[in-house]
Amino acid sequence: METSMAVSLRESVDKISDPGNLDASVEEVFQLMLGVECERTQASGETEPESVTAVVGFGGALSGACVFRSGNGAAMEIAKRMTGMEFHEVDDTVKDGIGEICNMLAGAWKGKVPGLAAQCGLSVPAVITGRDYRLHVQAPEFQLQHAYRFEGRRFDVTIVCDGLR
Amino acid sequence: MSEVRALIVDDSSVMRKIVERCLRQAGLDSLVVLEAGNGVEALELLRTKKVDLILTDINMPSMDGLELVRQIRAQDLARSVPVVMITTESSEEHVKQAIQAGARGYIRKPFTAEQVKERVLPLLHAA
Repeated sequence: METSMAVSLRESVDKISDPGNLDASVEEVFQLMLGVECERTQASGETEPESVTAVVGFGGALSGACVFRSGNGAAMEIAKRMTGMEFHEVDDTVKDGIGEICNMLAGAWKGKVPGLAAQCGLSVPAVITGRDYRLHVQAPEFQLQHAYRFEGRRFDVTIVCDGLR
Repeated sequence: MSEVRALIVDDSSVMRKIVERCLRQAGLDSLVVLEAGNGVEALELLRTKKVDLILTDINMPSMDGLELVRQIRAQDLARSVPVVMITTESSEEHVKQAIQAGARGYIRKPFTAEQVKERVLPLLHAA
């Protein structure tokens, strides 16, 4: 049973790494939970100096992570739309909200590939804040890194897969 | 509908607020909400408080939602109270595990207020 699942997931790598699955997941989460439309945009490299990064790990048949990153302004706008509250700083509620967005993106993404959802677990979100930090992953099996915009705000979502059984 | 006491269990306080807002939008005006951040806290609350409805996440620290439902049924804390799972885990396997553990409903995150209403109100009317 494990062998056949391993084979089928390995054979499904094209499906798993399909960029359309990530776009559809982002659209679904932002539309349903925030009521906003997102559009894919070019990764321009422009970043706010202060940023919020949430990481949800994948474990099991696929190991890796879903990473959400935005500037503080976008993070506060997202938290505002989730809670109806105004924010003037990235406090614990903003970090909690961004962690949940990342959690839902990870869940929606893995749910798009038959066989992956049941065989791949999610970690609880970890949230990092600060300035001038970068995320490095050595030699991933595949990586999707997409930039999006909603109402003038920009954010990035990255799926890193460093192991596929 | 008369007063409804709902226990919302999620390690995210933001998600707890969103679920509460959805319940109010569903027409539960006389809603009393109790909150817990994980299964252990929820069990503690259930030992002293009576509730009509439990909505719980699955992935939480200390005790996850599936174990919470098993413990609720095993300890006879709220045997007849409907439990609805609200979670990012969407596979048939997870749904089956939740139902086997004793959950009566399943809502996948992300969700709409309408979905919460559709899953929750029939359970309250049937109780």
